[in-house]
Amino acid sequence: MISVEHLTKCYGDFMAVEDLSFEIDEGHVYGFLGPNGAGKSTTMNIMTGCLSATAGHVRIDGHDIFEEPDKAKKLIGYLPEQPPLYMAETPVEYLRFVGEAKGLRGAELKAQIEDVIRQTKIEDVRNRRIQALSKGYRQRVGIAQALLGNPKVIVLDEPTVGLDPIQIIEIRALIKELGQNHTVIFSSHILSEVQTICDQILIIAKGKLVAFGEPQQLEKRLLAPNEIMITTDAGKEEVKILLSGVGHVTAAEIKETDGGLVTACLKTDHDDIYAVSRAVFEAFAANKLALLEMSLKKANLEDVFLELTESGGPDEKISEEEKKTK
Amino acid sequence: MIAVLKHELRLYFHSLTAYVFGAFLLAFVGIGAMLYNIQAAVSNFEYVLSFGCLVFVVIVPILTMRVIAEERKQKTDQLLYALPITTTQVIVGKYLALLIVYLIPLCLICFYPLIFSKYGDVYLLTSYGSILAFFIMGAALIALGVFISSLTDNQGFAAGIGIAVILLNYYSVSLSEYISSTAFGSVVVIYVLILVLGVVIRHLTRNDTLAYGIGFALFAVTIVTYYLDSSKFEGLLPKIMTKLSLFERFYVFVNGVFDMTAVVYYITFAVFFLFLSVQSLEKRRYN
Repeated sequence: MISVEHLTKCYGDFMAVEDLSFEIDEGHVYGFLGPNGAGKSTTMNIMTGCLSATAGHVRIDGHDIFEEPDKAKKLIGYLPEQPPLYMAETPVEYLRFVGEAKGLRGAELKAQIEDVIRQTKIEDVRNRRIQALSKGYRQRVGIAQALLGNPKVIVLDEPTVGLDPIQIIEIRALIKELGQNHTVIFSSHILSEVQTICDQILIIAKGKLVAFGEPQQLEKRLLAPNEIMITTDAGKEEVKILLSGVGHVTAAEIKETDGGLVTACLKTDHDDIYAVSRAVFEAFAANKLALLEMSLKKANLEDVFLELTESGGPDEKISEEEKKTK
Repeated sequence: MIAVLKHELRLYFHSLTAYVFGAFLLAFVGIGAMLYNIQAAVSNFEYVLSFGCLVFVVIVPILTMRVIAEERKQKTDQLLYALPITTTQVIVGKYLALLIVYLIPLCLICFYPLIFSKYGDVYLLTSYGSILAFFIMGAALIALGVFISSLTDNQGFAAGIGIAVILLNYYSVSLSEYISSTAFGSVVVIYVLILVLGVVIRHLTRNDTLAYGIGFALFAVTIVTYYLDSSKFEGLLPKIMTKLSLFERFYVFVNGVFDMTAVVYYITFAVFFLFLSVQSLEKRRYN
């Protein structure tokens, strides 16, 4: 659907995007994740033809955005970070302009405007000036604009920034709904948001793609083994022997605390962490030892995100580790 | 293009701009008609227009200041870039909308000579020829205004620069009499102009090599020509200033000559600045 190949963009000496390549398939909701200034907006601006690239290609359904902008742009609806609205107009007037510019005429134009107004739920404010609308409604008008012309791909740049919690929930629901009929790409620096809406995640940091995949897959691939913390009043040696008998425990860090208790931090490579905690519990119960406390430390995407974006990508991390071993 | 045109017209009539522009133009021409045709009882309507063209200094910048500057400020230019229309279509659409806003009060003005002809002998041919020339000259100035607006995201700044440039053009002929007509003086001023051109090229392209290259090439050409035949530079500056004046060419129409070279000059002027506006808009994509 969209293929981005070796995309590079420099602003003077500053590399905003560096050799970025990825493929986007039809029918998914893609989350573009990265800290502020990672190059998300720049990439989106290039993908939609608003900005030129220093090097590389972007093809939408085979049409190069720089060489056949007309055909490529018709396949994309774009909502920039700041919704491009004309404050003096009403949503209907505004949508009519965008629709006409996208080549819609007459009855089709009318029908599509009604369609997108219904889809984005802006019926109540359709004849009010955009100036008088709340931020949430403005965002909806912006999304409505992107939907006109029924493009295959909808690109939304940080659509939930600056909205109140209720509006955020509504916009997220809308994005999910759009995902049923369109390929949606949206950017965000909020992890939980991307986690709940997307079925594919791209993480970019410092202009480079550092991870790409499904949320669960990413967690699995990139996270440290999940951990189980236990506290018991049994002896340290006893605990050690006991834990060595439990399957899928790859490492155990056992410590004695000041109060005469023993804590242990278990690492596991098993997918189902509950199976492991059950096995631990049963092992203790079989030996009539008490488990005073058990908690699970389930790593999540937040950790992946921080790890990836702070280190500047897995490549760099590996090379650092290599240096250490040398 | 039609979409942009319709949209622009809607914006003009939503805001006060179109009305202020029309009111100013009509008021100024009205005052002129009162002074010349009614009080002084002159039957030539074209004199009114020659008096009235001073109003362009104020109303053209007011009309054109927001045309691109405001899009940039409100970030709506992103929409224009993302839509499947070319930059040329955007500029031409905007320009045509401006011309329509300009034509509306002009249509009313077209009735004046007819009304006056009821009460005396009016040279209708000269009158309408002058009105046509008045329209074309205004159209050229509007193109200049569009370009100035495309250079900045500040409306006030665009208006200020617009007023300064048009005022300078209006007075360029009278100013040219005070300017040194010696060959050396001309060379100095040409050097300053080359420097300004270099700065503009650098600002538009962000390409140092190109700006310096063109600058030094022009410097060299000037200096070589000066040493070979310095007489070429004598009186050059006043001549250029007179040639560049849009208003000076308009007075020829007022005197009853429909000057085709002036029409061609106005149209070339307009096309040139529209072309520059397209480049200026397109450049934003490349910075």
